[in-house]
Amino acid sequence: MAGNDSSRIDVQKTYKLFIGGAFPRSESGRTYQLKDSKGNHLANPCLASRKDLRDAVVVARGALAGWSGATAYNRGQILYRMAEILEGRTSQLVTEICALEGVTARAATLQVQESIDLLVWYAGWSDKISALAGSTNPVSGPFYNFSIPEPIGVVAIFAAAKPSLLNFVGAIASVITSGNTAIVIAAEKFPLPAITFAECMATSDLPGGVVNVLTGFSSELVPWVASHMDIDAIDASGLTPKALKEVQIAGVQNLKRIKVHTSVKAEQRILDFMEIKTVWHPIGI
Amino acid sequence: MIIDSSEGSLKAFLGTLPTVDEVGVQGRAAMLATRSVKTTSKAWAIDMAISMIDLTTLEGADTPGKVRAICAKAVRPDAMDLSVPSVGAVCVYNDMVRTARSALDQIGGSSIPVAAVATAFPSGRASFAVKAQDTLDAINAGAGEIDMVIDRGAFLSGRYSEVFDEIVKIKELCGNKAHLKVILETGELVTLDNVRKASYLAMLAGADFIKTSTGKVVPAATAPVVLVMLEAVRDFYSMTKTRIGVKPAGGIRTTKDAIKQLVLVNEIAGPEWLNPQLFRIGASALLNDLLLQRMKMRDGYYASPSYVTMD
Repeated sequence: MAGNDSSRIDVQKTYKLFIGGAFPRSESGRTYQLKDSKGNHLANPCLASRKDLRDAVVVARGALAGWSGATAYNRGQILYRMAEILEGRTSQLVTEICALEGVTARAATLQVQESIDLLVWYAGWSDKISALAGSTNPVSGPFYNFSIPEPIGVVAIFAAAKPSLLNFVGAIASVITSGNTAIVIAAEKFPLPAITFAECMATSDLPGGVVNVLTGFSSELVPWVASHMDIDAIDASGLTPKALKEVQIAGVQNLKRIKVHTSVKAEQRILDFMEIKTVWHPIGI
Repeated sequence: MIIDSSEGSLKAFLGTLPTVDEVGVQGRAAMLATRSVKTTSKAWAIDMAISMIDLTTLEGADTPGKVRAICAKAVRPDAMDLSVPSVGAVCVYNDMVRTARSALDQIGGSSIPVAAVATAFPSGRASFAVKAQDTLDAINAGAGEIDMVIDRGAFLSGRYSEVFDEIVKIKELCGNKAHLKVILETGELVTLDNVRKASYLAMLAGADFIKTSTGKVVPAATAPVVLVMLEAVRDFYSMTKTRIGVKPAGGIRTTKDAIKQLVLVNEIAGPEWLNPQLFRIGASALLNDLLLQRMKMRDGYYASPSYVTMD
């Protein structure tokens, strides 16, 4: 019997939320049934409530000063570290992607590799984006005038669905590389790669609270995210046009920046969640 | 009369107090913490909690400017919403009492008392002459409430009458000019039995309020400690027909924490204690969280800390 799997009791993983660097269950105690691409039961991930969202916003806001205050070089290093850790989790993610997306192991492996490369790509941007988007401006007077892009603050992300890991990783990396903190609502049908990637983030020296992952029904969270006065911007790439409209209307209250992206790899994604700040300095001092 | 003036009778009485069932108290406190308080009850609880706050600033870096700022906030916690009640009191160090009193008077807060921490707060390690002067100073500057610390060293070594006499003397100095709150510093008392003993000792010596902590020691106002103190005031009332107040302080930062305290008050001491004359919460950050929750209930969406004052 040695080595025979049937002699072991299954040790199944509980997929939990990722808030403030910890993995809590939903405060509501709810879960939802997740089926694989063939319709078989796969797991019971947490069904996050608006209070989980509220808690996530509090920790994301708390983490903002430290993360945006870290050097760009340091942020890049941590993103690179996330890529390293992700590399070691490849086989687990391949299994999850195959089950959920119904793709071949080869396609799933390619997706994981592309996600790793994407992280490295965004890691590189952390200390270069301000050189690209910033400027010294000619002014008619004895002044220097600098424009510098700065992180916008707390960003909520509705992650797009397939390819689920790539979309999830790309959305997070583009938001946090500049110093924002994020609350990510994983795509409803593809939460497993999201939580597994959260485990990579938890072991990458990423400070707790910089990225928070919620799983569940985005339709339930949309009105609360959109109206939350302490969320500064929304990446709405994963929303339906109807939900997007809802977000745009409710988001007016505190003038949230709401963006939808189609390409996962674009410098513009970083800049979409940065604000240009201008500083004046007299010449000759 | 529960005790006479002799040391023996005090010791004998404290010796008759039943010991606290720590596991039972923790269980009861945990059970009460699960009470769900929603909608109109929550709105009521938030306003009640606001009116019970002793808005506190006890930092070495306090300035008259900061004290004036918290006084303004004490009178009108939310400048955008006049329906928010004023807080129970403003709590400051001795040298800031005059500033706080005149700031409150100038902006329509003359009914809000200034509480001063006294008797060599927070450690209480000074000669009695210094402690007495500290107290008199604060009263002369206009303090309506004195938050004194007990000598924990003396208490823990069993020198109860020393602790008792100090409270009696400070109470004499307060006279009818100031209410006396006695800080037990439960984080240093080690056991719940000691908390119960110290509570009775303070009440017998003339405390108007018993207060958990200075806020400078962790743990501070934990639910089991507050529960034991609430039991003590309830039982003291049944013995003497005098209602003594309770003030938890330290570590109460969120609306949820505050509402848990109110549940404890209602269930242990009784609804008579649910008013600012008999229950106060020593806090600073708590007020902002209560205001944010109040906005959420009013507007229907989550509020942002950038809409309340930083302090």
